[in-house]
Amino acid sequence: MASKIRVKNLYKIFGPHPQQALKMLRSGLSKENLFKKTGHTVGVHNVSFAVQQGEIFVIMGLSGSGKSTLVRCINRLIEPTAGEIYVDEKKITRLPSQELRQLRQKKLAMVFQRFALFPHRTILQNVAYGLEIQGVKKGISENRAQAVLKTVGLKEWSAAYPDQLSGGMQQRVGLARALAVDPDILLMDEPFGALDPLIRKEMQEELMELQEKVHKTIIFITHDLDEALKLGDRIAIMKDGLIDQTGTPEEILIHPATEYVANFVTDVDRSKILRAKNIMIRPTAHVSINDGPRVALRKMKKEALSSIFVLGENRTLCGIVTVERAVEAVKNKETGLQQIVQTDIPTTTPETLIQDLIPVAAAAKVPIAVVNEKKKLLGIIVRVTVLAGLIGGGENNNNVGSSAESGNNVKESARSMDHISDPLPTSITGMG
Amino acid sequence: MYLRSNYRDFFRACSGLIEGAVNNIEALLSFIPITVFILVLVILAWRLSGRGMAVFTLVSLFLLVSMNIWDETIRTLALVLTATFMALLSGVPLGILASRSDLTENILRPILDFMQTMPIFVYLLPAVMFFSIGVVPAVLATVVFSMPPAIRLTNLGIRQVPAEMIEAAASFGSTPLQMLFKIQLPLALPSIMAGINQCIMLSLSMVVIAAMIGAGGLGGIVYRAITRLQIGSGFEGGLGVVIIAIILDRITQSVGKESPEKKAA
Ligand SMILES: Nc1ncnc2c1ncn2[C@@H]1O[C@H](COP(=O)(O)OP(=O)(O)O)[C@@H](O)[C@H]1O
Ligand SMILES: [Mg+2]
Repeated sequence: MASKIRVKNLYKIFGPHPQQALKMLRSGLSKENLFKKTGHTVGVHNVSFAVQQGEIFVIMGLSGSGKSTLVRCINRLIEPTAGEIYVDEKKITRLPSQELRQLRQKKLAMVFQRFALFPHRTILQNVAYGLEIQGVKKGISENRAQAVLKTVGLKEWSAAYPDQLSGGMQQRVGLARALAVDPDILLMDEPFGALDPLIRKEMQEELMELQEKVHKTIIFITHDLDEALKLGDRIAIMKDGLIDQTGTPEEILIHPATEYVANFVTDVDRSKILRAKNIMIRPTAHVSINDGPRVALRKMKKEALSSIFVLGENRTLCGIVTVERAVEAVKNKETGLQQIVQTDIPTTTPETLIQDLIPVAAAAKVPIAVVNEKKKLLGIIVRVTVLAGLIGGGENNNNVGSSAESGNNVKESARSMDHISDPLPTSITGMG
Repeated sequence: MYLRSNYRDFFRACSGLIEGAVNNIEALLSFIPITVFILVLVILAWRLSGRGMAVFTLVSLFLLVSMNIWDETIRTLALVLTATFMALLSGVPLGILASRSDLTENILRPILDFMQTMPIFVYLLPAVMFFSIGVVPAVLATVVFSMPPAIRLTNLGIRQVPAEMIEAAASFGSTPLQMLFKIQLPLALPSIMAGINQCIMLSLSMVVIAAMIGAGGLGGIVYRAITRLQIGSGFEGGLGVVIIAIILDRITQSVGKESPEKKAA
């Protein structure tokens, strides 16, 4: 299959005499010595890769590894020192300026880390910019811009100016501005790097949803491995201007090619890969909806719990009863649990990524119930397993996922923190 | 003298053009009834820089009328407007050129320093030689003196446009002209407006010197008062210059700030 983008032996050297520096580099001089001797910086060092139509190709690396330089070579905002780039198998590294503009206008659109919206133009005018400079009639370009703004959920903001929008909204505009010209290829240079973590996650999801619809070829730059693993069909890992490894997320996680990649991978937040079913535990106790508050209290006391799950027929989850509610019910001589069961409790499915449980766990006051589609209780997740990083890298982590014994460990430690930290009031212990 | 004899027609044409411009603007401004004129300026001041400035404009312009120096005020305005217009007509494009190449900037910079630091009388003399006494050499000297900030601030404004804006515009395939008119000039506008403002202020600071070579107007009053030691009328003329300076300054300053304010609204 013909590649959408092909980069072959690309070099970019910054400095007054890049060609001479290139010769020295090729004859074996190290980058450090090249810099010491001549003051030239190597931005991109003999990079080759190919991107297929419709693929999200992530280039990942630490700051200063040459990602921005590389992506800017593709639309020639930066002129490469040597090497070739092909778009749709047409060589673009020697295009005259008129054809280069055509290429930028129709095929390649870019989204910038710091948004780079035009402050003197309204949101609508920003989004319409690409069409405007192509000479598209105002009515048509504005209609198109309005439609794209709608797909990114900013229809109402078309008359506003960029500084009136939050960061996340501004980057949606940045994305809309790129999409408005209907390019084949999106170049995204750390587009979510300047956003808060939660907004960032939201934007990642939106991008994936959008990609389902538009099927662009995307080159996505990031310094965040989680983001790379989440978005990338394939990932290239870049270091000091070189690409260390290219592969699917799984390939990179399982067979890291170099120490550099391996170091990255051990630091991976496993919450990106582990799911609720991997860390859930069996609840130590539960009560039936037909039991009374006294039974519930006794069970809680026995297991030293401050709350207990209430199940109906076939272990379907009814809710949870807290010790305070149960005590009150006993005092008021109520007999059923129906009146005191709390039903608005956090639940999740077994396939949910731990990462997505973090905000839930942070907000919850009780363990998270894992239920199947019939609302049957499969297990519970005590909040501390999610929050205290028991799942975050290292050996612990593998155990949690695979072995039953360590599940007990988790249960012990978790219970001691999550439940007993909220000790039973002494006044009621006698009532159990 | 070689220049003078060989390019006489050229200098005549220039001279006619400048004199015509000043006289026409003056005629136009005098054609407008005083009350209408004042009203327009007051409304302008009100819209652009608020009620306080409107009141000031009203009171101070009536003061000029009551001091019986309205005609001279109009003459000075015509002179300043012509000089400013000419300074901007050449200054802004030169500023744009300077912003596009370091070479141009490096050539222009010493020339601008020269224009601004050279004592005015030194180029007043050749101007008089080529155009003889009158309004034309006065306007030209004023143009030379007031043009540098227009060039400098246009250049500076364009160069200060963030690189990421340029990058973004380029990434969509803008031509250099589209870049200039859609991105660089609009973003440099506050700086360019500051240049225009300074240009007007410098023109006004030249009115007395211009009067020495026969430009007339408020400067003429002051100049005559100096030579005859009439402190009172010298003060009146000076006050007239100050009033015009304040009004023009505030109005042009608020035009420069207008766009960000609009944005916030
Ligand atoms: N215009 C430039 N002039 C000189 N060196 C540069 C220039 N742009 C980038 N570099 C250098 O090239 C290297 C790669 O930079 P960059 O591509 O911005 O990295 P990244 O985007 O991965 O953080 C860095 O060492 C940087 O200092
Ligand atoms: Mg970068």
